[in-house]
Formats: sequence, C-alpha cells, structure tokens
Amino acid sequence: MTKLPGLLATAAILAGTAVAGANAQETIKIGVTQPLTGAFAASGNYVAQGAKIAEDEINKAGGVLGKKIQLLIEDNKSNPTEAVSTVEKLITKDKVPVLIGAWSSTLTLAVMPKLEEYKVPMVVETSSSGKITTSGNPYIFRISPTSAMEAKAFQPLVKKMGLKKASFLYTNNDFGIGSANEYSNMLKANGVAIGSMETMDPKATDFSAQLAKIKASGSDSLFVTTAVEQLTLILKQAKEQQVNVRIISCGGSNSPDQLIEQAGDAANGSFHTTFFPPWFPEVTKNPDVSKRYMDEWKKRGHNVGGLTEGYRGFDGVYVAVAGIKAAGKAEPEAIRAALWGVDVKGVYGDIHFTKQGPAGKESGQNVPVVYLVAIENGKVVKTPF
Amino acid sequence: MDELSQHLLNAIILGGTYALLGIGLTLIFGIMRVVNFTHGELYAFGAYCMYALIMLLHVNFFLALVLAVALGMLLGAAIEMLLLNRLRGADIDTTMLVMIGAWIVMQNTEQYVWSGVALSINSPFPNDPLVLGPLSVSWNRVYVFVVATALIGATYYLVNRTRLGKAMRATFQDRDTAALMGIRIDRIHTATFALGSGLAAAAGALLGPVFVVAPTMGDLAASKAFAIVILGGLGNITGATLGGFILAFVEEIGAGYISSGYRDAMGFLLIILILLMRPTGLFAQRERIG
Repeated sequence: MTKLPGLLATAAILAGTAVAGANAQETIKIGVTQPLTGAFAASGNYVAQGAKIAEDEINKAGGVLGKKIQLLIEDNKSNPTEAVSTVEKLITKDKVPVLIGAWSSTLTLAVMPKLEEYKVPMVVETSSSGKITTSGNPYIFRISPTSAMEAKAFQPLVKKMGLKKASFLYTNNDFGIGSANEYSNMLKANGVAIGSMETMDPKATDFSAQLAKIKASGSDSLFVTTAVEQLTLILKQAKEQQVNVRIISCGGSNSPDQLIEQAGDAANGSFHTTFFPPWFPEVTKNPDVSKRYMDEWKKRGHNVGGLTEGYRGFDGVYVAVAGIKAAGKAEPEAIRAALWGVDVKGVYGDIHFTKQGPAGKESGQNVPVVYLVAIENGKVVKTPF
Repeated sequence: MDELSQHLLNAIILGGTYALLGIGLTLIFGIMRVVNFTHGELYAFGAYCMYALIMLLHVNFFLALVLAVALGMLLGAAIEMLLLNRLRGADIDTTMLVMIGAWIVMQNTEQYVWSGVALSINSPFPNDPLVLGPLSVSWNRVYVFVVATALIGATYYLVNRTRLGKAMRATFQDRDTAALMGIRIDRIHTATFALGSGLAAAAGALLGPVFVVAPTMGDLAASKAFAIVILGGLGNITGATLGGFILAFVEEIGAGYISSGYRDAMGFLLIILILLMRPTGLFAQRERIG
C-alpha cells in the first residue's frame, strides 16, 4: 500500500518533465511581470487575463514562426524590489527574449535598469509617467499614453467645460506626481488658476483633511490621479463633506463601471479619462478588434469592470508577438530592432512606435487616443463637450 | 475658520476608530507582550465578515456587526490556542516571526477567497450627510464614532473593574504568582487575545462600510495601531485611547496646514519626538521588567 503513492508521484514527475521538455522545444516564451497581489492586485490580474486571451488567440491561429507562444506570468507583488526580481528571474532563468510589464510607473521605473543590463526589450502596457520614455532607455516600448499626451488631449475641453480654478489630489508616487505636473502646467497655460495641490499615500483610505482643504480653496474642479479603489473613496467622501466640485479622474485606471457599482450616486457628475471605452466600442479605431476582445472577455466570465484594464495585456502580447515575427527569430536584440517597425491593429488603436528621449538612446512611444467619459444617473456616457 | 472646524470635527470622528484599534492592540502587545502582526488582518477579517453577512447572506446591518465581532473573537482565540499556546515562554523574536507568518498566510487567504478587487458594503444610513452649518459629516461615521466610544468604555470597565480584568492584569504582571493564586492562566491568555482580536474585528466591521474592503486594508491599520500603542504607553488603555485621538488630530492638522503628502508620516514623526522625551510613551507608568 505504501508503495502506490510513491509510484504515482514518480510517474507524475516523469510525465511533468516530459511535458516541460516538449514545451521548451516548441514554444516561444514571453515574460510578463504584473502586480497579482498587493495594492494593485485587481488591475494586475485583469491585465494578465487580457494577456491570456491574446495568447490563446495567437496559438489557435498557429502561433508565431511556426511555434506556439507561452506566457510566463510572474507576480511582482505591487512592490518595486519584487518587480526587479521577477524580471531578473524571467531573463536569466527562463531566458525570455521579450517582456511585458510592469503596470504601475514606479514598478516599471524600477525594472528599467535591468532591461539595459541584460539587453532585453519590454513592452510597457499601462504606466504613464513621462520619465519612462524620456530617461534614455532603448529597451522600452510603451503602448500606453504618457501623462503629457493625456493632458494635451484634454486641452480643448478646458474652455468648453468652463474651468476657472482647479485643485489636485494625487497619489504620492511617479504616476500621481507625473500626472499632476502635466495637467497643472497645461491648465496654467490655458489661464486656469490652481487652487490647492494635495497628495495622498497610495494606501490611504481617509481623505477628509485633503478634501476639507480643497473645499476651502474655492475650486470649481478637482483633478484626481490614482487607481480605482482610492477614487471610489474620494467620490464618496467628497459627497460626505459637501465638496461641490467637478471631479475629473486622470490616468485611465479608473474603471467607471466599478465606480458606479461601489460609489453609487456619489459617482454621478464625475468625468474620467480612459484609453478604451467599452461602453461604445464602435468609436475605437479598430472596432472589430475591440469587439472580439470584449466578447471573449465576457465569454470567459471575467469581471466586466476589468475591461478597461484587460485590453492593455491583450495588446501587449500582440505587440510583443509582432516584434518576434518581424525579427524572424526569438532573440532580444533582433526583437528590439524589429519593434520599431511593427504596426499592430489593437484595442489601443493602430499601435506603432515613435522615438522619444535623448538621441541615440531613444525609447519607443505609441500615441493612443484619449477619451473622456462622464457618469450620469448611474450610466457611463460620452461627454457632452 | 470653517476649514479649521471641519478639520477638528474630522479628527474627533477619526480619533474614535483609531482609539478602538489602539486599545485592541494594547491588550495584546502592551499587556501580553505579543508583537501581534495579525492585528491588521483581524481588522480586515471583521470587514470581510460584514461583506459576507450583509451583501451575500443579507443579514441585518446591526446584527452583522455583533456577529463579525464574535467571529473575530473566535478567530483570535483560535490563533492563540493553535500558535501562541505552544510558544509560551519562547523569546519575543520567535513569537514575532510566527506572527509575521500568520499575517502573510491570512492576507493571502483573503486575496485567494475574495480576489484583489475592492468590495463595498451598503449601509442603511442616508447618503446625504449630517449638516451642521458649514460643517458636514456622514451619518455612517457618526454611528461608527458612537459605537467605538461605547466599545472603548466597555473595555475599560472590563479590564479595570471586573474579576476577569483583574485576573488578566495579574496574569501578565506575574504569571507564576497568578497561577499560584489559582488563576487559570491558559484561559486568561486566550481570553485576552480573543478580546483584543474582537476589538480589531469591530474596528474593521465598523469601517468596512465607510471605506472599501480589500486584502491589503489591514496593513495601514496595523501600522497605525502600533503607533497609537507606543504613543500612549504600552498596556495603558487610557493612553491608547488618548493616543488614538492625538494621532487623528496630528494627521488632520498636519495634512491640512503643513503637507498632505506627509499625512501618514505625521504620526510617526510625533512618536519619534515623544519617545525622545518620554521613552515609555505618554501615559505609561515606570516599568518593571522581569
């Protein structure tokens, strides 16, 4: 009796090695580092789910260079130190020729020196801090927009919305600070006065002090840059403290569906920038791709509130695979060179890279469309402006 | 003037919950001398209990609070009996490592069961706030303040005026003598840990509907609880209560008039200052160790 489990275990190990051995020969590995646990877990998991949809689609269509692709998704625990170890592991142990990651700007900035050290390119799917593409790292290819692009896209709305005095509330990290700088400079240049600039710890849940100050500043609008969890609380607490300002969220990690569900009527009258509007996919550049992604997302039973994050992983995989295909081989330097020439029809729009940063060490930057949506009566609508 | 009054009102309301977090931990960390890293997870546990009871099982809002606190006490008792009971007499570092392990296991279990997506709990209170002239505060927060104050009062009474409280104090002052006097010290250990855990769960259950419920919510709560306990002086319930209010006051005024970016650092700056001047904390009596 005691021998049977042992035998089974040996058989399982043998079978396991056989499968792993076969995979190693037949697949091209793509490394993904995302925050699957910790403060950004919700978003990181959505990006991973989106990436898996693309992986399955590509493999069903025959893979790339005659081989199947295999995503190796590592959890960076929402922590910059962990993010660096995941990238080190993926490059040195798994020998991935290309990476996708790392969701937040702080996490992406943390891993960037490793990309240069090992000379492996990374497709950046979410981060928006300007520093990522301007610091001179030639292994960075960003498909998400920078805060500066977002602020520029917002510019025509300043007059239409009648903004006179704006306050800011943002998380005290690369994402929040970068966004608040770009938006406040843009607003100042357009004659809008700045009320108060308030920051918050990325983990904080109580914003009563900041909101009391913003209320006293007499602003007509409040630009908020943070992820959806804090945004929910800010909408609720602004209502509790009767801070009667127009709240505009920046950065595109705002999941309006989740806000409606969790903040209730406190979400009404708020505005949100997004880079993919799943409420009206027909306005996107490639509506067929958007719809295909959305249908599969729903078919898999993923949370609909995650649609505004999942596409980042979906597009990230398509871009990485386009790079591999154009390179003709799964080697980091070849893929890096080839990524400059890709043109991918994605949910982000037509993705291709332009040069940004110091000459000779440019990073690749895509220019996606920025949308502004509003929440009215518990529904997401196109802005009336 | 309106702004200052709003800051003060916010500080009083926030102080009530900080005090509640503080007294739960002061029982465990201050009196039992267990560096309890699971305190924040019991806070999160209380909030998840509320979510499960109210949103999934449709239990009455107020009854759910009672049940969440009871479940928190049970979980606390289980942790004490399964982990700490075996470590009695072990040095503080060993116990601390075990508690760090328990903290990681609990936080990851929360994420495994509930996923990382933040959840929100509906409350029966009106959406419109209570308006007092230029000031306003949500009804839910007023309710939290009232319940927290009542729980703090009840704990104070239990520890200082009842036989059980006397046995608790005796046990942790001198375990051997207490045992010789006929106190069943194993039970006292379990009861104290359960009580402290129940208070953490109560704070989470009260604040869950005010904020959102997420697996990492306990981290900040735990670091604040430690700050409050150290500020007030270890093992001192009055100290922890006042410590809670002082921390809330410093955070509000600091964020309002100095810099909101350092809001969560204000409390720790204050602790450094106070410990430089009074190494035992604000309200602790001179200690006798050993």
